Amino acid sequence: MNSAKYDIIIIGAGPAGISAAVLADQHKASVLVLDENCAPGGQIYRAIEKNQKSDNEWLGQSYQDGLPLIEDFRRSRVNYQHSAKVWHLSGAKAVHYSVNGKSHSAKGGQILVATGAQERPFPVLGWTLNGVMSAGAAQILLKESGVVYEDAVFVGTGPLLYLIVHQYISAGIPIKAIIDTTPRGNYLRALRHSFGVLKNTKNIFQGWRWKWEIIKSGTLYISNISDVRINGSDSVASVEYCQRSKWKNLNCKQVFLHQGVTPELNTSLSAGCDKSWDARQACWTIDVDQYGQSSVDGISVAGDASSIAGGVAAAQRGSIAALNMLYNLELISRGDRKVLSKPFKKKLSKEMAVRPFIDSLFKPHVRYRTPQDNETIVCRCEEVTLAQIKESIGVGCKGPSQLKSFTRCGMGPCQGRLCGLSVTEILAKELEIREEQAGYYNARPPIKPVTLAELASLDET
Amino acid sequence: MFKSINSNQGELITIYFEGKTLNVPKDYNVATALLWAGVCDFRETTLNNMKRGPYCMMGVCFDCLININGMDNQQSCTIQVSDGMKIKRQVINSSGKK
Amino acid sequence: MKYFDTIVVGGGMIGASIAYGLSRSGQKVAMFDEGDNAIRAARGNFGLIWVQGKGANSPAYAAWTRQSAKQWPNFNKELSELTGIDLAFEQNGGFDFCLNEVEFKQRQALMEKIHSDSQGDFNFEMLSHDNLKQLLPNIGPTVAGASFSKLDGHVNPLYLLKALHKAFKQLGGELITKPVTDINYKNKVFQVNAEMDEFTSAKVVLAAGFFNKTLAPKVGLSVPVYPQRGEILVTEKVKPLLDHPTGLVRQTREGGLMLGDSHEDVGFDEGTNIREIQQIAKQTITIFPNLKNVKMVRAWGSLRILTKDGLPIYDHSDSCPGAYAFSSHSGVTLAATHALDVASYIAKDGLLPSSLACFSARRFDV
Repeated sequence: MNSAKYDIIIIGAGPAGISAAVLADQHKASVLVLDENCAPGGQIYRAIEKNQKSDNEWLGQSYQDGLPLIEDFRRSRVNYQHSAKVWHLSGAKAVHYSVNGKSHSAKGGQILVATGAQERPFPVLGWTLNGVMSAGAAQILLKESGVVYEDAVFVGTGPLLYLIVHQYISAGIPIKAIIDTTPRGNYLRALRHSFGVLKNTKNIFQGWRWKWEIIKSGTLYISNISDVRINGSDSVASVEYCQRSKWKNLNCKQVFLHQGVTPELNTSLSAGCDKSWDARQACWTIDVDQYGQSSVDGISVAGDASSIAGGVAAAQRGSIAALNMLYNLELISRGDRKVLSKPFKKKLSKEMAVRPFIDSLFKPHVRYRTPQDNETIVCRCEEVTLAQIKESIGVGCKGPSQLKSFTRCGMGPCQGRLCGLSVTEILAKELEIREEQAGYYNARPPIKPVTLAELASLDET
Repeated sequence: MFKSINSNQGELITIYFEGKTLNVPKDYNVATALLWAGVCDFRETTLNNMKRGPYCMMGVCFDCLININGMDNQQSCTIQVSDGMKIKRQVINSSGKK
Repeated sequence: MKYFDTIVVGGGMIGASIAYGLSRSGQKVAMFDEGDNAIRAARGNFGLIWVQGKGANSPAYAAWTRQSAKQWPNFNKELSELTGIDLAFEQNGGFDFCLNEVEFKQRQALMEKIHSDSQGDFNFEMLSHDNLKQLLPNIGPTVAGASFSKLDGHVNPLYLLKALHKAFKQLGGELITKPVTDINYKNKVFQVNAEMDEFTSAKVVLAAGFFNKTLAPKVGLSVPVYPQRGEILVTEKVKPLLDHPTGLVRQTREGGLMLGDSHEDVGFDEGTNIREIQQIAKQTITIFPNLKNVKMVRAWGSLRILTKDGLPIYDHSDSCPGAYAFSSHSGVTLAATHALDVASYIAKDGLLPSSLACFSARRFDV
């Protein structure tokens, strides 16, 4: 098999991947960047080049801030392959990917997984109905195509939810209501971490400002709720929420759900990287050292793909990982690694200081992470309900692998991405064990579904 | 209804959904184009015949699967529209195998 | 200390079939199973109830396989009625493809031998490319033909395992999720240690896959087995396109295709090999070119437990009467006879029938 060879292969062209690529290129490493999207920027700076020409001010400053990074990336000598689907990562540091239905493979001295985050599943009753989408989807539609929905209801918690709502309001798109699921107790819990906020007030003030402007705009803002579900037979008819022990009904046709983001696990796990349960973020994170080195030799993980810290932190973590990979490749000295990583570490620590506050404030309530109603679908692909999962646990199922066998939960094309976290937490709860013990699905190739023809064509590249 | 906030959507091309002609912006992906044209019902699930449409729009959830040019299971949020594309609601019925 | 009539070590396809069968015979049974990440051959099962081609060098094994395949319709009915689980059982005959003329001729000779050994009990058809194309219109132009046997069928192996566990529990069986650490035989009683706990029983059935090798000597038996890896690929759901199971591809009730049957000698690595996956993909496209755009969503390697001669082991202990060791890589095909026949032999007088004598591991002691 002929595979192209690079010093460094980077998977993902978001802030972490791009920052790493640009820095590695400056130090004369040969770099290949593989990204699924058709343009660089990841999810946070999605379609930023396209929007640069428009006067879409409502996208906000934090979005526009990403532009210089993309420009640096475009100017670099980095080998950039867009629309590339990475479907296998082997221990031999070989990456198999396909572009336009044709497979390729490449070998890297070092590999950086910078695949970012995905939205946390929001398994409430009715979340599979037509007309229910994630708030991230609303933002993609807006950023990439300028497509919006009038009179939608936004449900959930987290900075991204306020951001998209703020963008909608700034662009003059009417919103039917925001149903804020932030648990009341979170405000108190977050206060304990307010010291860290002082180190990065800009970040927090921006969040407050969004929220304040949302409330000021006169949009119906519903908070302090204890439960939520979506009604409809085929598509959404209404959202119901429970406020002060009373169920209330809100008619609508479109719902956008959001309750934070979690690391994209499949790529790192398929490379064999170790993971740990992060109780504060209520998700799995990939174990990395201060330089982003994972438990697998030659494989680093940076940015939200290892643990959630946002776009600015991702850029720093990408740069730091790049320096470490350059050191591993003997392109810079140990001393250089230390000195050069200092400014990035400084900026990173400022970003990290505010995380305990943000994580505590926006940690979704357990009732929205693990479904309450037996009829709620947990695995969207295989249509597996909570009741079916409970039944299997009753028969003696002890973990995600057996659950998969018994119910097909997690066996569909999304490969567990939309049920894995719920399954960990459901098993932990039902079996009265820790999440760490409950575990996660074993990573199986491919990382993304791949056609038989793509598989077969690998030799001919 | 989904709509565009851009006054100028650029060049339009023709695609067909269930035989119906739709003129959609050239740089949209298939999922966006259909949503914009008022289509939110993309497929039926295999086991319980539930109606589904796009959920994540970023290639993660695989709920936007649809039949494009005769091929099932096309991830419509990751595929650009192209002129003359024939799109059909996806119905993969396992009941035929009994 | 807990007392059972029989303790079954192993909750895989063989252990669960036997344990269910024993409970069905009215015994008080404990089944020991390992945790979520145990090495499980059952998880990598393809789901075939397969007769054709098996036992070419052992008419006894061929007959044993046929016996189970014939019992499957009743076994399926009983198990699904008891548990309410639809096993997606179908037995309308299966195809095994021949990629070229040489293979076709070899297959024909093999099938004829099994046929004549069976005294007419095993029947088959050889289908040329043109004949096969009438039944399976999507086969590729280079396929030479296929063999066909009516007794072949398939089932969802995961649901089968789940149903066996559920039925076992429903009939009062006790599932113990602990690894067995030691077995002792004293005063006609077996003491089974699992972690800190001790259990006793009159009989012990070892069905612990590769672990049998370690446990068997404790009860005066030997189980010389070794692991072999096989890769299985699963695709996204597609429209119904294959009404029969085949040696390489079968379509599940849900619509996904299972592709597989690679043979790799790799020890205990349960991982996957990209080359093998690719080989299976290539073979599948050769046989069914129309599947080239179907996407694989998952691949995994799992271990088969094999003996040197490829035949199963059914053994009972002379020094520790009441101890049995079973090993086979055809847990699905043989599930019916394991549950209905083998279990009742053990439950009744404890004697295995003479027809199984040739499957004693003593055959390797030469």
